[in-house]
Amino acid sequence: MAIQDMAPESGVRGPVRNSLLYDPKVRGVVVQVLLAVGLVVFFWWVIDNARENLERANIASGFDFLWSRAGFAISQSLISYTSDDSYARAFVVGLLNTLLVGLLGVVLATILGVLAGVARLSRNWLIAGIAAVYVETFRNVPVLLQLLFWYKAVLAVLPGPRQAIALPVGSNLSNRGLLLPWPIAEPGFSDTLMALLVAIVLAVGVGIWARRRQLATGRPFPAFWTGLGLIILLPIVVFLVTGAPLTLSYPELKGFNFVGGLHIQPEFVALLLGLSIYTATFIAEIVRAGILAVARGQSEAAHALGLRSGPTLRLVIIPQAMRVIIPPLTNQYLNLIKNSSLAVAVGYPDLVSVFAGTVLNQTGQAVEAILLTMLVYLTISIATSLFMNWFNNRVALVER
Amino acid sequence: MKSLLIPTVAGVAFSLLAGSAGATSLEDVKAKGFIQCGVNTGLLGFSAPDDAGNWKGFDVDFCRAVAAAIFNDADAVKFTPLSAKDRFTALQSGEIDLLSRNTTWTMSRDTALGLAFGVVTYYDGQGFLIRSEDGITSALELSGAAVCVQQGTTTELNLADYFSRNNMELNPVVFEKLDEAIAAYDSGRCDAYTSDASQLYSVRLTLKNPDDSIILPEIISKEPLGPVVRQGDEEWFNIMKWVGFALLDAEELGINQANVEEMKSSDNPEIRRILGVDGTFGEDIGLSNDWVVNIISKVGNYGEIFERNVGSGSPLQIARGLNALWTKGGIQYAPPIR
Repeated sequence: MAIQDMAPESGVRGPVRNSLLYDPKVRGVVVQVLLAVGLVVFFWWVIDNARENLERANIASGFDFLWSRAGFAISQSLISYTSDDSYARAFVVGLLNTLLVGLLGVVLATILGVLAGVARLSRNWLIAGIAAVYVETFRNVPVLLQLLFWYKAVLAVLPGPRQAIALPVGSNLSNRGLLLPWPIAEPGFSDTLMALLVAIVLAVGVGIWARRRQLATGRPFPAFWTGLGLIILLPIVVFLVTGAPLTLSYPELKGFNFVGGLHIQPEFVALLLGLSIYTATFIAEIVRAGILAVARGQSEAAHALGLRSGPTLRLVIIPQAMRVIIPPLTNQYLNLIKNSSLAVAVGYPDLVSVFAGTVLNQTGQAVEAILLTMLVYLTISIATSLFMNWFNNRVALVER
Repeated sequence: MKSLLIPTVAGVAFSLLAGSAGATSLEDVKAKGFIQCGVNTGLLGFSAPDDAGNWKGFDVDFCRAVAAAIFNDADAVKFTPLSAKDRFTALQSGEIDLLSRNTTWTMSRDTALGLAFGVVTYYDGQGFLIRSEDGITSALELSGAAVCVQQGTTTELNLADYFSRNNMELNPVVFEKLDEAIAAYDSGRCDAYTSDASQLYSVRLTLKNPDDSIILPEIISKEPLGPVVRQGDEEWFNIMKWVGFALLDAEELGINQANVEEMKSSDNPEIRRILGVDGTFGEDIGLSNDWVVNIISKVGNYGEIFERNVGSGSPLQIARGLNALWTKGGIQYAPPIR
């Protein structure tokens, strides 16, 4: 009633309010411009002040230091690096170490989280109970403590390199880490890689053809198994035909440490375990919520249509659960990547440890080092968000 | 990320936002009534809190000496425990007035970092702590060894230099905090722990089995340790420098905590000058003329500070060595007060 009463009144006042001052559009623009100008002035003031303060304190500034010799060693590096390389290369080494632990952490946390989430819904009391205890324990302890726990636990249990525990195929385990035999490619190995590429293309082709045929004729074709067979068998055949051009390098104890093979350091394992196990508890709850969000009627209807439980889960439940799962899952991925910056606590050389730690301290250029580090995390996080948003759009409910 | 970055980010933010400081450090310090002194988070003998929570140690006593010179009160100090990584940011940003944290005087720190060193309180060098069961006797046999080291130290750089110079393979394991690095060495993760030799003596005592570890004879670097202030405040810089020199000169002249009062009536003109009986040396650096009397009566001379914290009066039992006075075979030599 009140609104209806006011309508004619405001109509009468119309001409009075017609000045620019009361025009919502003009007001909006003015406020936005003022805010923008204010922000620009603020940031200009901050930057100018910082420059002036740094200059007065005789602190070197600028990014030229990136090209000078780093002079410190890094324990784990995916690219070749020595202390003679530049700070810029040390930056890349740290960045790659961060990406490695972030990527593997996301994969591991997802697998573990989905398993725990599904297990908690199990009708088996024991399985559901174990999953519940796991989730409630690990998500309620701060992640830094968990990292320290895993690091100390890993180190406390394992023997020194001379008493290393021998594992099958020449691997061994000690407090220096896990050492595995590592294949070294010889000439001719590229053919096998080419075969793998060809097999993947073929498998995708078969998938598309099978889908088209099913849409046209209704006859299903086991495209998944055919594709998997192609991807596994074709490279193996080529590998054997070209004379198995691969040798294994085995870890050997020489002097203090192992030489050769693949060296997985305890710091990396502790960080990866800690981050994955912590984040997986949140993912488990997200998965559980996602599955519970699909109404029971959906699976009953699928069964009524004659679908068995496998296809019901794959075609009916999961696609609908995904809509609920993906958005909060993105948050967890971002959390994991950002938490990886706790690496220095367990001695893993990630970006924060190498660049915002050692490099910052050796050069004294705190503003530059922290800015670059923050930019990297921002970029990684935004890239992850964009990918997950794209994925979310793909699985979103198509409304007609 | 948060917990580790807070000190650094706070420092950066501070340097971004702080307006131009008007007052000098000495005026600031006098106005607030105490010195904010940056020290090690815990290094037995150099800077560590005792059972009652009082900070004790060689580096701590330097802060106390400066406080005694200014306020005639050795307790007019508040301590900020800092990791090696955070120490310079804390000083640059003004969070602390003085850094006395076994810090090596290097050219880049003295110039590009905007810091000012002026006096060497401890001549040190980098060494290695290893387990005696490994059966090596020289650092040159360490090729391939995993070495635990603390981040943000000259140690980290010397280590890489030493190994590459001698064509040895290095596996460093870098920690932000001293106790984490030591714990990793103690658990067997590393074959060696490296640091300034003075620190090794202290660290060795905190191990589970101190007798199982030995310190290798090689000293692979020069590590002149001393207090640090910000560049650009000559008055404050002079106070830091001359408190350091006064501690040495007092020892050289035989002035100690016990005899400082009676020394005031000495006929020796050098003693009369340093104790402020003659001249206005104290007032010339913004203090009172009896500044050295205050320092010595409250904290003691250089030798007393050394023996009490790290020398014969302490569990560390470090010999004076290079740190003996130049008159007694060492290289500790202070300009005269005149």
